[in-house]
Amino acid sequence: MIEVRGLVKAYGAKRAVDGVSFKVRRGDILGFLGPNGAGKSTTMKMITGFLRPDAGAALVDNIDVAADPVAVKRRLGYLPESSPAYPEMTVEEFLGFVAEVRGFRSAAARRTQVDRAVGLTHLGAVRRQSIETLSKGYKQRVGFAQALLHDPPALVLDEPTDGLDPNQKNEVRGLIQKMAVEKAVILSTHILEEVEAICNRVIIISRGRIVADETPAQLQARQPGARLDAIFHTLTQSDQ
Amino acid sequence: MSSQVGPLFKREFLGYFRSPVAYVFLVVFLVFSVALAFSRFGGFFQSDIAGLDTYFVFYPWLFLFLVPAVGMRLWSEEKRSGTVELLFTLPITTLEGVLGKFLAGWAFLTLAILLSFPMAITIGYLGSPDWGVVAATYAGAILMAGGYLGVCSLTSALTKNQVISFVISVLVCAALLFLGLSSFTNFLEGFLPVPVADAVSNFSFMTHFDAFRKGIVDLKDVVFFLSLIGFTLFLNVVALEG
Repeated sequence: MIEVRGLVKAYGAKRAVDGVSFKVRRGDILGFLGPNGAGKSTTMKMITGFLRPDAGAALVDNIDVAADPVAVKRRLGYLPESSPAYPEMTVEEFLGFVAEVRGFRSAAARRTQVDRAVGLTHLGAVRRQSIETLSKGYKQRVGFAQALLHDPPALVLDEPTDGLDPNQKNEVRGLIQKMAVEKAVILSTHILEEVEAICNRVIIISRGRIVADETPAQLQARQPGARLDAIFHTLTQSDQ
Repeated sequence: MSSQVGPLFKREFLGYFRSPVAYVFLVVFLVFSVALAFSRFGGFFQSDIAGLDTYFVFYPWLFLFLVPAVGMRLWSEEKRSGTVELLFTLPITTLEGVLGKFLAGWAFLTLAILLSFPMAITIGYLGSPDWGVVAATYAGAILMAGGYLGVCSLTSALTKNQVISFVISVLVCAALLFLGLSSFTNFLEGFLPVPVADAVSNFSFMTHFDAFRKGIVDLKDVVFFLSLIGFTLFLNVVALEG
């Protein structure tokens, strides 16, 4: 569903992403791990068509982002880091706007999509509140609702559980697992337990390169008995 | 492609009224413009003419500060708050995004200009104005607002800082304004051949707006403002994609 071939992105002399390749199929939840600045967000931004790669290609549903960015954007749901939204709009207005741009033009179709997304992310209590008045957890859910709104076949989530309390984290994880059955999901995170809990594949990225691409069990098997963060530390040492 | 401009336009235009900014702007704009006309610089009553020339003569100067106030946030705010990432990962092209925002800002400025209608009613009550001239002046003011806003939208796409965006917008608009001042043109003619000085002053808002104020709707003035809008929006797309 999502395929990345030799992606490269440089900022000045520094290569933020340096030849990253992988594939994600429907039903996969890929955990994207790495220290801050390792290139996780940059890779995701290239898949979603927000940044143009210097080399390589990103394909969604076999469509090259560079060739037809709008077609790719239609098939993707994207939660950017820190889930930006227009603060002066209410949750309902904001989701209604996204629905309209996503092609749900009639008021009834828009309402159906917004109601569904609000239901999935439990936003019912705040749907008429303006986004600037919401707590971080609710804002994150608004970002989630926006990404799910058009029921896309592929989801790219940049730190979906960042800033949530433990209960909210569990809830979001449950939601991702439930949806992943027929979707391809990429999520980036700093939380290693999260990967263990919901991902069926892990990619660890360090200084723009992939240093591990395996199942969580295989990752654990690298150093039996060791904690995951110790393994992570060993793999990303060059980044320190 | 035009189908995606609609929702973007709607969100942006209604967005002005979701915060107090729009109301503050409308009040400041109308109070200032009317006060200037009634002041001794404007001489609305002293002129003893049933026309709006004493009102519109200040528009190029008012726009110099007020249009950058509307335009500075167009892209700067999206960049600073990160919503630009959200916007451009929705299924829209950069051009649709630029058009949606620009047209919303232009519609808002048009609303501000049209809200000066009590001035038109006043001259209609006091005398018998030439409504053709009044209509031409309104059309010219709206076109000129578009020209200013095109410049401001472009400069706003260059920075995520609204203050910098405002300052650069004012500077660029001021340059485009001063080119047309007669004292400046005379100064240019001191050392440039007259046709060159004329060509330079042809790039000014002032030169082209003056014709509308006299009631002359000349194709070349309309083309000037529309091509200025087209050119700045093209650069705007380039700046966002770069």
